[in-house]
Amino acid sequence: MKKIGKSTFEFEKDIFVKGAFSLVSSKEAEGVLGKYFSEVLEDDTLGEKTFEKAERAMHTLAIKKILKQQELLESEVDLLVSGDLMNQLVTSNFSAREFDIPFLGVYSACSSFTESLLIAGTFISAGAAKNTISIAGSHFSSAERQYRNPLEFGNQRQTYSQWTVTGMGATHLSLIGSNEMPRIKKVTVGKVTDYGIKDIANMGAAMATAASRTLLDYFQDTKTLPTDYDLIATGDLGKLGSDILKDLMIEEGFPLGQNYTDCGHMIYSSLQNSFQGGSGAGASAVVFNSYIYEKLKKGEFKKVLLVATGALMSVTTNQQGDTIPCVAHLVMFEGGKC
Amino acid sequence: MCFVKILIKICEIFIGGQLFFMGKILDNYVEYVESKSPKTGWFNSLLHAFLIGGAICSLGQMVGDIIKAFNPMMDIQMVGTWSSIFIIALTIVLTALGVFDRIAKVGGAGTFVPISGFANSIASCAIEYKKEGLVFGVGSKMFFVAGPVLVNGVAYSLIVGIVYFIISLF
Amino acid sequence: MLEGLLMYAKVLLVGGLICVIAQVIVITTKITPARILVIFLMIGAVLGGFGIYNYLVEWAGAGATVPITGFGNSLARGAIAGAKTDGFFGALGGGLAATSAGIAVSIGFSYLVSFFTTSKTKKD
Repeated sequence: MKKIGKSTFEFEKDIFVKGAFSLVSSKEAEGVLGKYFSEVLEDDTLGEKTFEKAERAMHTLAIKKILKQQELLESEVDLLVSGDLMNQLVTSNFSAREFDIPFLGVYSACSSFTESLLIAGTFISAGAAKNTISIAGSHFSSAERQYRNPLEFGNQRQTYSQWTVTGMGATHLSLIGSNEMPRIKKVTVGKVTDYGIKDIANMGAAMATAASRTLLDYFQDTKTLPTDYDLIATGDLGKLGSDILKDLMIEEGFPLGQNYTDCGHMIYSSLQNSFQGGSGAGASAVVFNSYIYEKLKKGEFKKVLLVATGALMSVTTNQQGDTIPCVAHLVMFEGGKC
Repeated sequence: MCFVKILIKICEIFIGGQLFFMGKILDNYVEYVESKSPKTGWFNSLLHAFLIGGAICSLGQMVGDIIKAFNPMMDIQMVGTWSSIFIIALTIVLTALGVFDRIAKVGGAGTFVPISGFANSIASCAIEYKKEGLVFGVGSKMFFVAGPVLVNGVAYSLIVGIVYFIISLF
Repeated sequence: MLEGLLMYAKVLLVGGLICVIAQVIVITTKITPARILVIFLMIGAVLGGFGIYNYLVEWAGAGATVPITGFGNSLARGAIAGAKTDGFFGALGGGLAATSAGIAVSIGFSYLVSFFTTSKTKKD
């Protein structure tokens, strides 16, 4: 693994993306990407009494399913890296006690998925791990309880608000693979940005600056242009956030074209009353592990940038009037050779 | 200059969007985001607030009229209390059934300004936080949203009462 | 009959307009609903303290009593009525006494309901 430029790291070995699994609730399945998801939950409580328990059960289920899908034993997995939105990372931490796998919990809000990919990739690249599982996800109801209001509380959502995705996305990274498999080539570790947005409902706008910073760093470090990629996908900026990102990138001289999309914006259809689109750690995780992975595997996408963005505030800092710092981590994938 | 800025602001409110934005985005990011954010439709949202808020008040009036028809001797204040209690009870039932938040989505201020908003905020917290137990869940978090209203209300009534008492001494 | 209908028109007008003012604040500023409620409560208490709000109550009935401003008015009127009858301790407790039925029903009924229901996942 070597550093290129200021904040981009290139893996010398190929990090193979061997398998992907996505688990969503019925709302996401009714969206545009419905047919790509691996499994759909009819009941998003999974029969549990609380939504926190339900999120945990989803997390555990997703790990079990990807182990089964990849025909891996728990003992064959060297590392489990996981992130979620709950305080003290309870979803990941509690779920990890079910498995006999070394575990690292990471938190960078909605960018936890790319952070877990780049940490797992680093372990593999260093020769320390052979098989790793990276997983991230969120649950609408538990996030709503923690960050906003009780579910039955009647209020109007702002037109610029987003809807937390209920879903888990798990990825199996491996040292051993063949040329047909998608690979991780480069990663860019994000810098924290803060341009003074305080509104907790308008996280897309806050996170757009982090995404533009990371993309800019990546393009300058690698001396490439947005047009060199088949797909540039941000995590959960939503429609408003991605419009702002486009403006920012035009101003910086790297305009994003037709190949740009946003996972949060594309996950729901416009009929689903989710305003600017999906958000949460689940947004980038489920979209990558379904739609993007499928296309990478088929070779329809050759080069993909996944930039998951995270807003790093808590309810307390928000109530104390602090602004929202944001971060975005980038992972560059190469598709399988056909 | 200030006058021009106000004029632009008024125009922007009417067209419901950005008129123009000058300068580098990141230098004035908060203002830029403000101009870029989609605005709520004025006409519909005000109409809904008016109709739903008015309907809830009319319901209260109707309950009061019915009570008065059965019991003409009742004190006017008692009638008012009874109609409030009816609206509170109805709101709590609708909240428990998971219907109230749908009405509130349309009504906006039309549902939270009448006493129904107060009842909904208490009931929704009680239902939500019962998972943390009866003492620290329902008990302490019931006023998570409604607390400020009650605390401020009691504080104001204390001020009014004490001020009135002092004035009445002279 | 006509008088009755006129009364309902007044209720609709006053109740609706109070809500519309709040909605205008919601749209134009970033003030959260909880803060708006507190502001309206204060306005009601001040108007009630000076005895102005009662004219509105007489004119528009439930249109003035059901919104949160009416709650503020009851608190203030209760404190004044308490001060008149029971002196200092009446001034302290009168506000809560006047509104106690509504608050007690909200708490008691919510408590009861919370035994039987759980919050449901929302889809839109």
